[in-house]
Amino acid sequence: MNKKDSTRVWKDLGPAAENGLFDRRAFFKGGSVLAAAITGYTIAKPLQAQTLSDDPWSGSAGTPSGPYETRSRFENDVVRTMTNPNGEPRSQQSRTPHHMLDGTFTPNGLHFVISRSGSPDIDPEQHRLVIHGLVKQPLVFTLESLMRYPMVSRMHFVECGGNSAPMWSPEPLDADVQGLHGYVSCAEWSGVMLSTLLEEAGIDPTAKWLIAEGSDSLALHRSIPLSKALDDAMIALYQNGEKLMPGNGYPMRLLVPGWEGNMNVKWLRRIELLDQPAMSIYEARTYAPILPGGKAYQFYFLQEVKSFITRPSPGLSMNGQGLYEISGVAYSANGRISKVLVSADGGQTWAEAALQEPVLSKAFTRFRIPWQWDGGPAVLQSRAWDEAGHVQPTRSEIVAARGEASRVPSLNGFPSQHYNGPTSWQIDQAGEVKHVYA
Amino acid sequence: MRNAEYLAILAAGLFFLASTNSYTQTPNLGMPIDEQDIAAWDIDILPDGTGLPLGQGTAGEGKIIYEQKCAVCHGVNGEGGISPALAGGDPLSNGIDTGKTIGNFWPYATTIFDYTRRAMPWFAPRTLTDNEVYSLTAYLLVLNDIINDEVVMNANTLPEVRMPNRDGFIVRFPERTP
Repeated sequence: MNKKDSTRVWKDLGPAAENGLFDRRAFFKGGSVLAAAITGYTIAKPLQAQTLSDDPWSGSAGTPSGPYETRSRFENDVVRTMTNPNGEPRSQQSRTPHHMLDGTFTPNGLHFVISRSGSPDIDPEQHRLVIHGLVKQPLVFTLESLMRYPMVSRMHFVECGGNSAPMWSPEPLDADVQGLHGYVSCAEWSGVMLSTLLEEAGIDPTAKWLIAEGSDSLALHRSIPLSKALDDAMIALYQNGEKLMPGNGYPMRLLVPGWEGNMNVKWLRRIELLDQPAMSIYEARTYAPILPGGKAYQFYFLQEVKSFITRPSPGLSMNGQGLYEISGVAYSANGRISKVLVSADGGQTWAEAALQEPVLSKAFTRFRIPWQWDGGPAVLQSRAWDEAGHVQPTRSEIVAARGEASRVPSLNGFPSQHYNGPTSWQIDQAGEVKHVYA
Repeated sequence: MRNAEYLAILAAGLFFLASTNSYTQTPNLGMPIDEQDIAAWDIDILPDGTGLPLGQGTAGEGKIIYEQKCAVCHGVNGEGGISPALAGGDPLSNGIDTGKTIGNFWPYATTIFDYTRRAMPWFAPRTLTDNEVYSLTAYLLVLNDIINDEVVMNANTLPEVRMPNRDGFIVRFPERTP
């Protein structure tokens, strides 16, 4: 859909789509306009508040804040879900609880982590990064030396190529947004542009690829096209203002914005410039999704345009009819999000959501839209467009092109990768929210 | 000090100054290192065989090592266990979730050597000798009916192995890059 099509003319702040979706500007216009906007809808009568008295926690001095702030004890259930909850020694996946967060960046303790042999306990003073191969002069960098380089800070999502894999199931899995889409997070990354270091080493004209390799026990390595390395790849040292978390690559990781998470090599210690890809296990086998008919994609790097609603969503049941905000995140490897549409009737009619500023390239964009729940059944969906003109495919489109699993997988399974279709949340008359296909 | 050595050191110093001056915009704090001093880290094997070390192995030796160190996770005869199957496997046309094995999926035999040497066994990576890795690679290729059990795997023969699914891929980069 082009820009012209995406611009709608709002005559008033009436309903924008069926089943209670309002004009996206309703919340931003304030009380009187909002009241007008919801004229004609039955609003549940608010309960009368009780008489206020002094609170028990207000009668004496509180707890002094420690040197590193920890969250309220009432928030301790906001955690990642783990595939090795008892620390079992094996590949580990931990998922971001999107339904319990808001905004656009993921707190460091809740950023998703996939590691295949745990996080190495790296002494930053001993850590070395070597750049070699097809360069004029192989070079070794210490963390201390990298700290003297000019740095940049950029908001970028990182998404596992296997995020949303349960959506390949032929039947909808009974799961929440964390279970379905927990392997994507977004952070402000600060570090040194890789191009700066490569230019210092001197790029041989025959170099076309590089491998990035970690100092984890498996020495995980991936092949990266040199063009991406010179475009926007970064040696990230900071995550949301503090040094990288161990699970995200402390003390340094490669960041290839918008590209498959596995390529953002953590605990980075070696970059070798090559004239060919190395065909590491992860590009030759693991992240090469099988297509209907038996061929497989190779070098499927981009995490294409996607969105999902985080609230309401399973686990966040409705609390009586009335006005709610539908909110979620959208992102694309192909740049900024240009538009998000939301449906409350399973995709029959759509209204345009507001995109919260700033809308940044290859980063989470938060979308919001007011919604009047009348207490009846509803199916919520979102669909995103990016500035390159790509649109999130419908489920039937993506299944037609990519197939679906031959059997119902477990929530921890990875039947395929790179699912970017929509997610549907069904709301029943009791206000319970459930994952469905629609 | 002989004159030639003196001149060499002087030349190196001048080169260093020149290279420093040519990168005035960045700190230029990378320390030069010789490729031979990177050897312990430089373990990647390329599809054309670049990086393969000296040494050799056969499936007979590989089977013994496999049963000692690999079968506990990958199952007897590579049939799979708590870790994925390495041998056999259904046709990929059975579905997008078909289990990937060396025989039905892997496009390059060099990847077997690379990954086995760098990452296996999971509890003790990089403890296998190069001969042991060649032997295991040979055994895994025999299990998948790709070579027969007399073939010796070494730096010359391994890259020549033609994998059954070599042409089973549609490359999305760079063609699909916007």
